[in-house]
Amino acid sequence: MVLNNIEKLIEKYHNAETSLQEEAQLKAYFNGDNVAPHLEHYKPMFQYFSQSKQELYTKDVPLNTMKIKLYQWISVAAVAILMIGLVVPSFMGPTEQEKREALLVYNQTMEALSIISLGMNEGKQQFNNLALVGDNIEEGVQQASKLGQFSTMTNKILKTKNN
Amino acid sequence: MKQADFVSLVMPFKDKVFRLAKRLLVSREEAEDATQEILLKLWKNNKKIDEYKNVEAFSMTMTKNFCLDRLKSKQAQNLKIVHSNYTDNNSSLQNQVEAKDSVDWVSKIMEDLPEQQKIIVQLRDIEEYDFAEIAKMLDMNETAIRVNLSRARKTIREKLTNTHQHGIK
Repeated sequence: MVLNNIEKLIEKYHNAETSLQEEAQLKAYFNGDNVAPHLEHYKPMFQYFSQSKQELYTKDVPLNTMKIKLYQWISVAAVAILMIGLVVPSFMGPTEQEKREALLVYNQTMEALSIISLGMNEGKQQFNNLALVGDNIEEGVQQASKLGQFSTMTNKILKTKNN
Repeated sequence: MKQADFVSLVMPFKDKVFRLAKRLLVSREEAEDATQEILLKLWKNNKKIDEYKNVEAFSMTMTKNFCLDRLKSKQAQNLKIVHSNYTDNNSSLQNQVEAKDSVDWVSKIMEDLPEQQKIIVQLRDIEEYDFAEIAKMLDMNETAIRVNLSRARKTIREKLTNTHQHGIK
């Protein structure tokens, strides 16, 4: 009875006269296990139809509003970075206390340095004295050479006297 | 129309668009591109979308036209054939292999059908639209659709019977 019905349905199906319900009935029959041997060759067709329906579109569609949103967020990020750049130094920078300490240390250093430079100046003066000594030595050497001249002259005079 | 509304509107039939595109373009990548293109076109016209009476039927018509254009254009000259993986149906390995083979064979038979018949079989036997809807989508009358469908089904039966009885491929 069922088989007869199915055979009739198949005939109707091939004449494209079946309704959607009848086609659903056919699909259910051929996707089941109890398919009559002489109808076996229709099985892959109906299986194929059922399987094809399960194929899904899995790719995402990039709708253009996403891009606009991205641009907006870029401007927000830029402003945020700018604000951070302005605000952070004033908060995180040196406090008054620290500034005073730094000035104190600076002054102390300058004082120490000026003392050093004073010492340096003294040393320089002493160095000048040394230069003076050098000058005196030179004069002495000149005088000594004069002494040498004098002794040669006296030698000459002595020689002439001996002759 | 906001993006969320659009997505919920498109969600129910985007797979149908994809399957119709794949039926016509064969390659999965081509079909994915086509689907994306169709959905983007719809999204661009989202202000007018409320005016369409039946967005789904409209999209299917768009898909059909888009894919036929693709096939005509030179871009689509080197289409790839991609095999889908079929799920097992709890039978023995032998049966599974055989079944997979004949199921594969059905898809090959369908590839050989004329485009018009391919579309009609896809819409009727796979997506299960009624004739009135198909007539609207394809801008044909119902009788012509029935005739085409009957021809396509008989062709499939003939080839399938041949394969089954003689193993001719």
